[in-house]
Amino acid sequence: MGLPIFVIFASFLFWDAAIWQHLSSTVLPRYISNSATLAFGVGFGATVIGTYLAWLIVNYDFYGRRLIQWLVLLPLAMPAYIIAYTYTGLLDFAGPVQTLVRDTFTLGSQDYWFPEIRSLTGAIVLMSLVLYPYVYILARTAFSEQSQKYREVSELAGVSPLKHFLKVALPLARPAIMTGAALAMMEALADFGTVEYFGVSTFTTGIYRTWFGLGDINAASQLSGFLCLFVFILIMIEKLSRRDSQNYSSRQGKSAQAKKVRGMQSAFLFLLCSLPVTFGFIVPFVQLAIWTFSFSDISSLEDYPEYAINSAMLAGIGCVVVVTMALLFSYAKRLQPSKTVSGFIQFVSLGYAMPGTVIAIGVLVPLGWLDIKLNMFTNAYFDVQPGLVLSGTIFALIFAYAIRFMSVALNNTEAGIQRIKPSMDEASKVLGDSSMQRLFRIHIPLLKASLLSAALLVFVDILKELPATLVLRPFNFNTLAVKAFELASDERLIDAALPSITIVLVGILPVILLTKTLDGIERKYA
Amino acid sequence: MILRISSVFVLFLLSIFSVNSIAAEVNVYSARKEALIKPILDDFSKETGIKVNLITGGADALISRIQSEGQFSPADVLISTDVGRLVRAKQLGITQVNADDFVVENVPAYLRDEDQHWTALTLRARPIMYAKDRVNPESLSTMQALTDEKWKNRICIRSSNNIYNQSMISGMIQTQGEAKTLAWAKGLVANFARTPKGGDRDQIKAVVAGECDIAIANTYYLAGMLNDEEEATRKTAQQVAVFWPDQETIGAHVNISGVSIAKHAKNLDAAKALIRFMLTDEAQVWYAETNHEYPVKEGIKWSQTLQDMGTFKAQDVSLSKVGETNAKALMLMDSAGWR
Repeated sequence: MGLPIFVIFASFLFWDAAIWQHLSSTVLPRYISNSATLAFGVGFGATVIGTYLAWLIVNYDFYGRRLIQWLVLLPLAMPAYIIAYTYTGLLDFAGPVQTLVRDTFTLGSQDYWFPEIRSLTGAIVLMSLVLYPYVYILARTAFSEQSQKYREVSELAGVSPLKHFLKVALPLARPAIMTGAALAMMEALADFGTVEYFGVSTFTTGIYRTWFGLGDINAASQLSGFLCLFVFILIMIEKLSRRDSQNYSSRQGKSAQAKKVRGMQSAFLFLLCSLPVTFGFIVPFVQLAIWTFSFSDISSLEDYPEYAINSAMLAGIGCVVVVTMALLFSYAKRLQPSKTVSGFIQFVSLGYAMPGTVIAIGVLVPLGWLDIKLNMFTNAYFDVQPGLVLSGTIFALIFAYAIRFMSVALNNTEAGIQRIKPSMDEASKVLGDSSMQRLFRIHIPLLKASLLSAALLVFVDILKELPATLVLRPFNFNTLAVKAFELASDERLIDAALPSITIVLVGILPVILLTKTLDGIERKYA
Repeated sequence: MILRISSVFVLFLLSIFSVNSIAAEVNVYSARKEALIKPILDDFSKETGIKVNLITGGADALISRIQSEGQFSPADVLISTDVGRLVRAKQLGITQVNADDFVVENVPAYLRDEDQHWTALTLRARPIMYAKDRVNPESLSTMQALTDEKWKNRICIRSSNNIYNQSMISGMIQTQGEAKTLAWAKGLVANFARTPKGGDRDQIKAVVAGECDIAIANTYYLAGMLNDEEEATRKTAQQVAVFWPDQETIGAHVNISGVSIAKHAKNLDAAKALIRFMLTDEAQVWYAETNHEYPVKEGIKWSQTLQDMGTFKAQDVSLSKVGETNAKALMLMDSAGWR
């Protein structure tokens, strides 16, 4: 599992001072500052949106709350590169918004100022809009687990709701929120499509440039290594923040209950909660739909069932494999909470912040080597050459997904398994269960919701994954993301609308299921 | 454990498949998008009965894949949209000689590898494009002249991440030398109207929007916009015209899309047949009409849009050399502050 990441770190053995001299004197400072700004900007944006949504939805029963509850997760189905394409189409000079401004006020092309969407700020805003669900999901679970008693105490002590939120609820939920923010930040660090399109030079574009332009795969791997260190620091910060709040939630007393609100207040809350989904999903979705219906060649639709099936199949196999492994890792850590095990888990999690292409190469190198050895072996002993059974098949893809998205699954399984009280394990041990029996009889049933939400998140992530899929897929094998990318990278945004909207549609189903799962978790605690 | 079980399973599946797949076929690794290669491949299959298997992807990723697959690589043919990648593939030793007189007869020497490892399939030009209403074409002359003070804040071009820019600078290093090219790049950057962003089409749109007055872009992007389904896009494109620079001297920069045979190709005859097919009049016309690229073969009719852009003198510097200085070009652009 750790092999591909190891391959990347191994590159540090081949240090080329000349190229680093060149990089650090020209482009490296910009990569660092842009990547850091992007990650922290997205972390901040996603945290603010995700936290306020979770707090309001858990604590207030306003008009349309049920509708909002399942709407807020929809941006998960919207890949960042696609939202970037659509907003550019909407907001650039020739787009409908600026045209309207010009026509309304009869302005010339240079007479007014309009924010440039294709900028670092634009990237931060758009990524926050599609990544806030990571924070929201975890924050919502954390808030709804908080006992109703806390609020009653605050009320008795005459503490205002805002102050209660800031002084009591937020600190209690901080570990969960930090985990969500860390996921969003890693996702932002690994992004290539959006920053490349927006002309923002970050570590990922730097890696591509060094590798492809300079043809220096070593320096590119070393850059990836630095990116990993960056992420490692993030993970450490997140772990540290969780350390002093190690608590098994014992569910004494009722969980927080939503307060009924009416009238203007209710309308205001509805509006506030519908903002993120409006800009993170509805607006781009409508734009995609318009493009699809006005310009797409409907005859090309006949190939889409095949692409959709391929996408769904990869995502399906991938999420089962990834979640199973994540469960085993988390369980191993519980059985044997040693430094080695948790160190290994952290190492494997690093893949989440690595750009897909880097992982693809990290996967290809060892698998290709294994394949060659395997073929030599079978050739020598059985006189057959099975071919590239590892690197040339779906196996390589699933392997890459496992590395890329393990962190998403682990976050869910670890958080879930930590909530199970150790006394459960002890009881089972006393009754003479083996550790395997215990896993199936105690942990899996108790973890059902966490496992399901892990599976759904991984499913949607794989569905959207592009660079690794592009490089590693077998012959004549197309997915929706590949199709959308091919058209969009040809600068044919409008033609890319059809596959894009299909990705979003296929992704909506698991997102709805996810909403139901979260509802289930909440009801259990209620 | 899981790894072992699944590899045994896949091994089993493959042993079934490999016995049955004896029929003629050819495996293509293509950096050209499916939409711009599949129709030709389909025609080839129809005509010869040879089945074509295709994967598309970034050229460098495909090259890495061939490399790591080593002697067992199923790749027979590698198609690239840029000369730099073909040269790199050759340098990495993953291609082989395609000694075919048909190629020699049909493709001009500067568009082929001297050791016959690769050949061009189509030609792409990267001239200056200007706003018809704001720029007098008489004020334009050479690429060198774009560093003049009068173009301050008026030039749009995409990022130096882009391979077309890298090859353009590389070509300039070949014709003008490194020092002069660096000075030119610095001067050009000083005249940029904005930080480079977006693709070639975006530069053309920025010219129409008034953000800049001239852009440097590949002709097929403008041609594609001129033939777009959407009327607004066609109207945008009509406000821009092409100027061919350096016509008195070295000629305008050109790049190619091209093809190589992989070193460990198992279907050698089919691969050779495919390359010949792509150089037939029929295939050359298809590219000229569908994607508005220039045919490499003499005497093939250009699309109407390309004809309207006018004939030009192309830079005939050896494309192998252009490919070889790609890394140098990139570092030079870094030093010039070209984002």
